[in-house]
Amino acid sequence: MTTATRPGVRARAAITARTLRTDRWWLAPLITFLGLTAWVTYATVRVFMHKWFYVEAYHYLTPFYSPCLTDRCGDAAEFGTPLPNFWLIPEASLTLPFLLLFRLTCYYYRKAYYRAFWLSPPACAVPDRHEKYSGETRFPLVFQNAHRYAFYAAAIISVINTWDAIRAQATGLGLGNVILWVNVIMLWAYTLSCHSCRHIAGGRLKHFSKHPVRYRFWTFVSKLNTRHMLLAWVTLGTLALTDFYIMALSADWISDLRLIG
Amino acid sequence: MKRHFRVWRGDSSGGDLEDFDVEVNEGEVVLDVIHRLQATQTPDLACRWNCKAGKCGSCSMEINGMPRLGCMTRMSTFTADETVTITPLRTFPVIRDLVTDVSFNYEKARETPAFAPPAGVAPGEYRMQQVDVERSQEFRKCIECFLCQNTCHVVRDHEENKEAFAGPRFFIRAAELDMHPLDARTDRKQHAQQGQGLGFCNITKCCTEVCPEHIKITDNAIIPMKERVVDRRYDPLVRLGRKIFRRDQLEAAGESVPRATPATAETPSGRRLPESPALGPDGRLDIAELSAPIQGGPSPFGEDITFPLPPERVTYHHPDPS
Repeated sequence: MTTATRPGVRARAAITARTLRTDRWWLAPLITFLGLTAWVTYATVRVFMHKWFYVEAYHYLTPFYSPCLTDRCGDAAEFGTPLPNFWLIPEASLTLPFLLLFRLTCYYYRKAYYRAFWLSPPACAVPDRHEKYSGETRFPLVFQNAHRYAFYAAAIISVINTWDAIRAQATGLGLGNVILWVNVIMLWAYTLSCHSCRHIAGGRLKHFSKHPVRYRFWTFVSKLNTRHMLLAWVTLGTLALTDFYIMALSADWISDLRLIG
Repeated sequence: MKRHFRVWRGDSSGGDLEDFDVEVNEGEVVLDVIHRLQATQTPDLACRWNCKAGKCGSCSMEINGMPRLGCMTRMSTFTADETVTITPLRTFPVIRDLVTDVSFNYEKARETPAFAPPAGVAPGEYRMQQVDVERSQEFRKCIECFLCQNTCHVVRDHEENKEAFAGPRFFIRAAELDMHPLDARTDRKQHAQQGQGLGFCNITKCCTEVCPEHIKITDNAIIPMKERVVDRRYDPLVRLGRKIFRRDQLEAAGESVPRATPATAETPSGRRLPESPALGPDGRLDIAELSAPIQGGPSPFGEDITFPLPPERVTYHHPDPS
């Protein structure tokens, strides 16, 4: 037998530079870092503001306060007001944790924050600067495997958001309605394009021909799934835009552009 | 026109980047430049290559820090005054110059259980719908250039993980077999998690980025495998459902694929012993060419016809041999 290996000697090539990449590999993680930080800051500030979340005249409720469950909600409380009025408790305390979990365990966002925040790795063929690495094999990252439960919760919350858009429709049609509908449609697209959804829809099968209906579902979700990253960013944009528009209406900075009513 | 290159030269005892000015013509790729270097300046420069068409997976190297195939990287993608740095794959031990010892990958390949045909289906009788095999077929495009293995930070930046982690190339193999409609093994998910270290992957998608065959490694293999492992191991509802509907017992019955005794020698990575493919009830390997009466694929004329036909069955006159 011939061998190409010299027995015993197993050293990597001694290359001193940490990376030899000459392109701007740091740009994508930097943009991700700035984008996610800005969004999380905006969302946190808004969630703890406890005002300017509802436009009474047109029934516009921002998705950050849906469903509204404290006494501050007034007319916006569609599902009762079981939560106490305390500044640390957001109006949508029952849904926000699940939405956060859904995005935190999302297969796209995982890539984004592992690269941009944890630098593990910051870019391809650029070394991560961690002493040890155990990936998602141990606590707490092993809980990333719970993504499908967050998906179930997010699907239910999307129904609530859809209800908000339908309820706002009762007063006529304005730019606010259009923004709410675009947001809801994008949220559905993002939620359904989830990798866990793709698995549940039919990815777990190995005989597609025996399950033609589930195969159709899987094909549909697969088409959406290729755009999961795009939808992840688009929904961040539509969520912030919807919230900002409703805040601006509620604070009387602007008035709604009405088409009907 | 002469262009500037830096090429890593050396072996496992050490080495450095050396500077060269090499003639580059229109339409050439990096591998052409290496061949010109060998022909004009450094006849002893070591480099693996074979097909020059991106189909053999031999000329894997790192070009300006990115893992790429030398034969598929056009010189026109660089500006005229740009220095092109060529180094060997970093993740594997270097043998000499641009040639690395990729035996890590072959060890991991040996540790992956082979395809196990279903019981009662003889070789040559496998029938599958195209729609069922399509998903597995994507992974058959792999040319084993090992760029994904090289770029994966789990082993690239953490040598100590090589023992527990098989790498993207073998995750697509695991996915291919787990999605295979005729594969009879039901323990592939456990193997992917425990034997291959699927949990180490944090889906940062560099394997997909460098794949010259554009296999969607992360989206179509690793994430589906992770979800299948969740079904098997982490999802309490799926486990409960399996207990209630007694699927576990059905699967346990199917799991008794007869195994050959593993070889006694430890693999160099020490993780898992290589396994032979499933054996038949007689303790022997099922190989189509040996067990079928006729070698090769089935005859379009039917298996009961042998050639040459006897003269009374042919519709023409045999020429007289004299």
